[in-house]
Amino acid sequence: MNLRAIRAIYVFEMARTLRTLLQSVVSPVISTTLYFVVFGSAIGGHMADIEGVPYGAFLVPGLIMLTLLTQSVANASFAIYFPRFSGTIYEILSAPVSPLEIVTGYVGAAATKSVALGLIILATAALFTPLTILHPLWMLGFLVLTAVTFALLGFIIGIWADSFEKLQLIPMLVITPLTFLGGAFYSVEMLPPAWRTVTLFNPVLYLISGFRWSFFGLSDVSVEVSLAMTLGFLALCLVIVHFIFRTGYRMKS
Amino acid sequence: MISIAHLSKTYASGHSALKDVSLDIRRGEIFALLGPNGAGKTTLISIVCGLVTPSAGTVSVDGHDIITDYRAARAKIGLVPQELTTDSFERVRDNVCFSRGLFGRPPDPAYIETLLRSLSLWEKRDALIRTLSGGMKRRLLIAKALSHQPEVLFLDEPTAGVDVELRRDMWNLVRTLREEGVTIILTTHYLEEAEEMADRVGVINHGELILVEDKAALMKKLGEKRLTLELSAPLAGVPDLLAPFDLALAPDGRELTYTYAAAKEGAPGERAGHPAVADLLRAVAASGIAVRDLRTRESSLEEIFVSLVRREP
Repeated sequence: MNLRAIRAIYVFEMARTLRTLLQSVVSPVISTTLYFVVFGSAIGGHMADIEGVPYGAFLVPGLIMLTLLTQSVANASFAIYFPRFSGTIYEILSAPVSPLEIVTGYVGAAATKSVALGLIILATAALFTPLTILHPLWMLGFLVLTAVTFALLGFIIGIWADSFEKLQLIPMLVITPLTFLGGAFYSVEMLPPAWRTVTLFNPVLYLISGFRWSFFGLSDVSVEVSLAMTLGFLALCLVIVHFIFRTGYRMKS
Repeated sequence: MISIAHLSKTYASGHSALKDVSLDIRRGEIFALLGPNGAGKTTLISIVCGLVTPSAGTVSVDGHDIITDYRAARAKIGLVPQELTTDSFERVRDNVCFSRGLFGRPPDPAYIETLLRSLSLWEKRDALIRTLSGGMKRRLLIAKALSHQPEVLFLDEPTAGVDVELRRDMWNLVRTLREEGVTIILTTHYLEEAEEMADRVGVINHGELILVEDKAALMKKLGEKRLTLELSAPLAGVPDLLAPFDLALAPDGRELTYTYAAAKEGAPGERAGHPAVADLLRAVAASGIAVRDLRTRESSLEEIFVSLVRREP
């Protein structure tokens, strides 16, 4: 195992975050704060509690998950796409580094950034609404697992994309809508039965549901199903990444 | 040091970039790979370095197969790519340390300082890469390639687009590395570069290795010499006495040129069927031709290369 190579990639990526602190950290924190102000305080003040949880607090897991998914994908996809775009990927491909080590470096850094961001947003949310976390270890577990899974998805997108436009395509047209429709701002119990059934086909629902359960003990689907879905998605991403390195897809000619 | 056997590469487009290439590179030599654009030079280097997957054949570096034992093989190689592919927003020293880390080598600030100083980059160690000139970026690419102290260095068109001073610096660096035992493989368009530095030369064209030869032997074998006599008075034609020498008379009649093989076996300038220079000079004197001056010129590697490539279909 070339641990020094993993460290080199990881440190390189984390240094990029520090250079772009405003874009990487401040910007998501401000937009999440705006969500809290508008939906939590202004609108939420007029909404009834959901299963005993004030609407402002109910929003917190969904908003963290929204940021976690989009940031994990964005960080990892950009991290691998940019060296491909600039040509510096030659250095990674010609180094004595295995595919596992490359993925660990890039995905590890992307997941670290989004987990840190999730925790910062959690701390920010605590300023707006009183929060209790019933299962803190499960909360951290879901946070890390989701960050790693979506960073892997981002890595795949970064390999697949051959333009900056494509890089934005899936996060913009797939992930954000699925997150909004996956119960980030409501309980699926609030939907008409037909839409509730449709929502069950949205994989993001299971992530948000499990994560919300770790906060309040409330979930739209059982926590076991949430965990199984998350692990299933993680396994699917790993299979695709394995295929990419085995075939050299868009990396080697 | 590097053993390439029956290597072929056909891209998905159907383009056959390499056709059954076999080549052995000796430890510690400077090997120049020459060829026109699209000949397959970069494909060959890219396969050895792990950037391109071969269609057939095997490559080993110091006995390590580049596919089955890629870690050991790649750890021995440094690559300076043709394009100025550098990061933009990182700092010079950090970027070189990053490269060393990728190759699994422990941090060595003293070595990195020596390396940056040898490439005149130490003053720029904390500069953002995007602020460097093209020449400095080229130096940085070399520093990155040498950061893990490789035993083999690939230089793909190392001096393309760099000024004369930098080119000379790089030549000196390559010589120093060779003295340290590093095996160097360079591709170049500048035949002057190969002529100046290489121990052996390989010529590749249309994906096929046409020739591999010791540079001095190649120039001896395929090179030509020209003896030009400047005449005191113009001649209307070549005198009959000089006919055996197959001389060329300049249009103004003031110069006679004798072309002969560079190989000097037997009498000076003699080749099968070609009289010696001394005989020519005696015949010129006997013809009563007054010579004002004379000069000789040996053909360059470039001329040899052009003639080799032209022979190819």
